[in-house]
Amino acid sequence: MVDEKSVIHPTHYNADTREIAMRLINRHPNRPNRLFLVLLPFALLLFAYFMGSAQRLADNPNDKLLPSATQMVAAVDRLAFSEDKRSGKYLFWQDTSASLKRLGMGLGIAAVVGLCLGIAAGSLPLFGAPLSPLLTVLSMVPPLAILPILFISFGLGELSKVMLIVIGITPVLARDLEQRAREIPPELLIKAQTLGASTWTLILRVVLPHIMPRLLIALRLVLGSAWLFLIAAEAIASTDGLGYRIFLVRRYMAMDVILPYVAWITLLAWLMDLSLRQLARLCFPWYEGAKA
Amino acid sequence: MSDKTSSAFIQVNNVWQEYGDQVVLERLNLNISEGEFCTLVGASGCGKSTFLRLLLGQERASRGEILLAGEPLAAEPDSSRGVVFQRYSVFPHLSVLDNVAIGLELPRSPLLGRLFGRAKREARDQAAQMLSKVGLGHALDKYPTQLSGGMQQRLAIAQALIMQPRVLLLDEPFGALDPGIRKDMHGLLLDLWRETRLTVFMVTHDLSEGFSLGTRLLVFDKVRVDPHAPNAFGARITYDIPLNSDRRATRAAVEALPPHITGNLQPAV
Repeated sequence: MVDEKSVIHPTHYNADTREIAMRLINRHPNRPNRLFLVLLPFALLLFAYFMGSAQRLADNPNDKLLPSATQMVAAVDRLAFSEDKRSGKYLFWQDTSASLKRLGMGLGIAAVVGLCLGIAAGSLPLFGAPLSPLLTVLSMVPPLAILPILFISFGLGELSKVMLIVIGITPVLARDLEQRAREIPPELLIKAQTLGASTWTLILRVVLPHIMPRLLIALRLVLGSAWLFLIAAEAIASTDGLGYRIFLVRRYMAMDVILPYVAWITLLAWLMDLSLRQLARLCFPWYEGAKA
Repeated sequence: MSDKTSSAFIQVNNVWQEYGDQVVLERLNLNISEGEFCTLVGASGCGKSTFLRLLLGQERASRGEILLAGEPLAAEPDSSRGVVFQRYSVFPHLSVLDNVAIGLELPRSPLLGRLFGRAKREARDQAAQMLSKVGLGHALDKYPTQLSGGMQQRLAIAQALIMQPRVLLLDEPFGALDPGIRKDMHGLLLDLWRETRLTVFMVTHDLSEGFSLGTRLLVFDKVRVDPHAPNAFGARITYDIPLNSDRRATRAAVEALPPHITGNLQPAV
């Protein structure tokens, strides 16, 4: 019996020669190396930024383009940990909660509508015939182009901002879930019928559980667009929100506010992505794609 | 003749199956009595699986009709016919126990498709019994992906049998299994067949499997072949061979006994 390992990894080289002689696609970082490689680009980015910032501030202490860490900390302290003199509120947290509320509502509504449309179009041929082409066409409409229409029809309040998110991501979700519903092996659907399922109970107990983990993955993928639509809507017509603040202080070139806000949005988006992934892993342990 | 047809459990009358220009099956005529174990063999693409899909109700015959106990076959799959496929026969999102219990839950709960409380416990108990019968009593809480191929097929069989179907359709159920495991599965299948009044149709590529398991071997083959139009003619049943007459006789003898005796006898057979 041939030892397979020795065939794949010849041991008669010493370690270094072996590594270097191997093809690049077969070389993997070990654990400490991996951590180093993960952190490296972030460290480089920060280093480049603060180098540039120090350089510019040395030339001109009033420079606003690349604020130093101290300036940004001061700005965050002003917005997040001291009351606003005019409204008596903590602007940073008010902005955050307003934005997250809009985003959450938009994502929630889009998820429910997308799920219903996707399942209807993907597992019921009579519904799929009219829905499928419609969804394809609707998903091609650039949502930002119809933003004025939303403001005209839903007013300048919360509804139009939530609607922009919903309209922007629902067709994408629905089309993805339709495709996933189609990919369920027909054997399973037949099996369910031989076990006495009606159309409704088949959707409830076979299609829906198969689609739910995909919905969480699809939501992760559309998070970026959802934030985009949110910030666009807030930039144009709003009185609070993270996007509103960024576009407000832009007038004073207050990079010391904008940069922490951008970092905060990125962190929030990353946390949402992470929690969706954990949720998928917790709720659907049988689903292999959830591990990715 | 009329006596024979009236006693047939499944009647296939002049069935053709065509997809566009392609004729897959032509002029099938069969009478199958209840409790028969039919094995279907033939070359790849000769319509064995198509015939099984017709019996399942997954497809409708282009011509002719299939009668089940004198009634035309329902045009969609239902709980009178159980099925085991080669792959994707079990639900990956349900535990082993729930994979079987779902068959008890679905028909009884038309609104939610699931049972609660006592009814759920009873369904699970019944499912657990069925599972220990097929040798999966130790794996109730596992997910199908954690099972080997053979255990998954055991699960699929248990799942089909919990519905107490009158017909069991098997589409190369053991095609992907190792020879040793396949042999265990043959034993299991024959035991279950002896215990119930099941009529079994099994498609197989393995001729010896077809001979050793069946009480009737049906060979599908093309009688006419036009080399210029390979799709012009379909397959027919070229051989219809009665097999294992001892088993068939045993079964007939058991069935001839009065029911109050057979009720006690059957588990021992």
